[in-house]
Amino acid sequence: MQRKKQCIAMLLAGGQGSRLYALTNTIAKPAVPFGSKYRIIDFPLSNCINSGIDTVGVLTQYEPLELNEYIGNGQPWDLDRSFGGAHILQPYQGKKRTSWYEGTANAIYQNMHFMKKYNPDYVLILSGDHIYKMDYAAMLKAHIETNASCTIAALNVPLKEASRFGILNVKEDGQIYRFDEKPMVPKSTLASLGIYIFTASKLFEYLEADDKNPNSSKDFGKDVLPAMLDAGEKMMSYEFSGYWKDVGTISSLHEANMDLLGETPNFDVSDSNWKIHSRNPLAPPEYLGPDSSISNSMIALGCEVNGTLINSVLSSNVKVEKGAVVRDSVIMSGTVIKAGAEVNYAIVDEDVVIENGAKVGAPKGENVGIAVLGKTITIGKNATVKAGEIVDKSIEGEV
Amino acid sequence: MSAVGVIFSNIHDENIPELSRLRSMGSIPFGGRYRLIDFALSNMVNSGITTVGVITKNNYQSLMDHIGSGKEWDLARKDGGLMVLPPYNDEYESLYHTRLDALKGIIGFLNRRTEEYVVMSDCDGICKIDFGKVIAFHEEKQADITLVYHNEELVKSPYYITFDTNDAGRITDLQINANITGKANVYINIMVLNRQFLINIINNAITRGANSFGRDILAKSVDSMKLCGYEFKGYYAGMDSMAQYYKRNLEMLDSSIRDELFGARDIYTKVKDSAPSKYTETAEVKNSLISDGCVIEGTVENSILFRGVKIEKGAVVRNSIVMQDNVIGKGAQLNAVITDKNVVVRDRRVLSGTEDFPFFIPKGSMV
Repeated sequence: MQRKKQCIAMLLAGGQGSRLYALTNTIAKPAVPFGSKYRIIDFPLSNCINSGIDTVGVLTQYEPLELNEYIGNGQPWDLDRSFGGAHILQPYQGKKRTSWYEGTANAIYQNMHFMKKYNPDYVLILSGDHIYKMDYAAMLKAHIETNASCTIAALNVPLKEASRFGILNVKEDGQIYRFDEKPMVPKSTLASLGIYIFTASKLFEYLEADDKNPNSSKDFGKDVLPAMLDAGEKMMSYEFSGYWKDVGTISSLHEANMDLLGETPNFDVSDSNWKIHSRNPLAPPEYLGPDSSISNSMIALGCEVNGTLINSVLSSNVKVEKGAVVRDSVIMSGTVIKAGAEVNYAIVDEDVVIENGAKVGAPKGENVGIAVLGKTITIGKNATVKAGEIVDKSIEGEV
Repeated sequence: MSAVGVIFSNIHDENIPELSRLRSMGSIPFGGRYRLIDFALSNMVNSGITTVGVITKNNYQSLMDHIGSGKEWDLARKDGGLMVLPPYNDEYESLYHTRLDALKGIIGFLNRRTEEYVVMSDCDGICKIDFGKVIAFHEEKQADITLVYHNEELVKSPYYITFDTNDAGRITDLQINANITGKANVYINIMVLNRQFLINIINNAITRGANSFGRDILAKSVDSMKLCGYEFKGYYAGMDSMAQYYKRNLEMLDSSIRDELFGARDIYTKVKDSAPSKYTETAEVKNSLISDGCVIEGTVENSILFRGVKIEKGAVVRNSIVMQDNVIGKGAQLNAVITDKNVVVRDRRVLSGTEDFPFFIPKGSMV
């Protein structure tokens, strides 16, 4: 008997994330740290394993080193399997052709042999830049029950945001009759989340056709989905009502981090029935010193905090010295905030040093932008980074 | 250098009976997210030892659960790696009672290995030690057995070995449970010797009916063997009573001790994928170590919190060690208390111990 998987996942993780500016200078967007101990890609990967999907192809392209290393053999997500498991799929040199991934559909098309190896009945397409918890098994069940060729997860969004998404127009039973990719004038508010389940044979058929089409931009939303709809394939929407956030911009990344805070957070990562798995830092428990003052914050292992933290999210091994103040900010691993420094409404990347008395950002308020500090830079003594500024080079301070 | 590690996970269980009732010494929780065996295992791995046998006796379920395949210590290997050595007993032999008996049970393991040396360590103390240096010392002194010691103030203990060394590091006099007070060279239950030499000792012991490694081998061999003492000068935290265990845990609040043990971030332990700890607007935390998965709404001072602890509003926890998955109810007050895993302290309960006699609450209690 040929070994097979009922459903495999293909995770598009090649995105550059150019709207995250300095944060994605050297890493792909899915590898961006999020929520104290996680990285964005932990969410789709954890959703997969929690939904019983144990075969995940992770397609990487832009700055893949850190992401590839992070995923490794998939062990942190229980995705180290002898048949299946997590696999990094990068563009490769072929006998007939060699090319980068050009668009989402092309990326999947180039890995046809990987998918076929598992002889799946269904293929789940995911993207690596969203924060959410979702049971793909329930979506798969709906897909099978409706006998659809393709099922698209969708969320009702406010009308003013609808033109950022692929918009589904559906009948009462959820069947899609019209699909508009980022329409200027949206006809509905049901937005595609970029999560698709295809019946495998249909996916392969339409990817082959799309590859042969010289006019195609090789994108699911722009080309493959409309082509399937035009050909009369049954396409269903699957309405999702939980927390979902595209963290593709500085402000949405900041907001999603803040959504973890509070007694009843907008997004709860501590649900023991839906664990978010990640590669864990090797560090002792966090130490809060005698002069620390902590309010509404999240702190990861290995931190040493002796200053003031308000509404902030700290990744592992961050130091906040006595007298330093961090407010409404996201601080990533290994960053040191020295005595008397003040960080307001900012995202600070890994291994940054903020010297004594430096001021980063301005208190959160109307028309105040988020200050962003890129990796491994130093903000010198008493130096200033203004609100909304994006800095990826060190700033000298007083000597 | 090639050495195989042997860890005694059970010896000294009687030191802290409250905590070892349901587990072995090696799996006693320590320092917020560790178990005592993590230190011995990490020291071995960080010293380049890739084969470690862990000798167990009874109550070793929690230990097995903790160390698993050894992958967290990079010891899930095809060649060697972590090997749990459960007690070997047949219908004629009862469960072992002494170190020497335990070693008799693993002679097959020792015979099959090819490494030159054996590094043996117990789990009753924690430190960060480079066994490579101990082995280099052992080679340089051409010792038969090297015992690692720490010069410290002697406190009353159920069983200890002290010794005097000459300028060349050779042990000239070795005492077991000597009635001495003040500073002494206290053996910290870490030993290096040649593997074949150890096998010979065990075989001899079997022939001659010797039972105690301390009394029958070490104490009797000061003249006939070359026993050398290697002084470990770093931080060593032995734990031979509940009061000591309490004190040693709270010593982790000292940043210089923490830097020595954890500064290089290479003490490995099992990970549980808990969420990061969350502190609400009402949280007040001073001089404390907090592990992941905690939710802090109350006040915590001079304390150590393990994974998944919830401190509810108005609760005040001082000078205490709160283990995994405890819930400290609203307005409850704890001072000098050690709570084992899964304890629930109801709202407004007031519990207090003292520094030399911490109040211990057993696993799973509802107070």
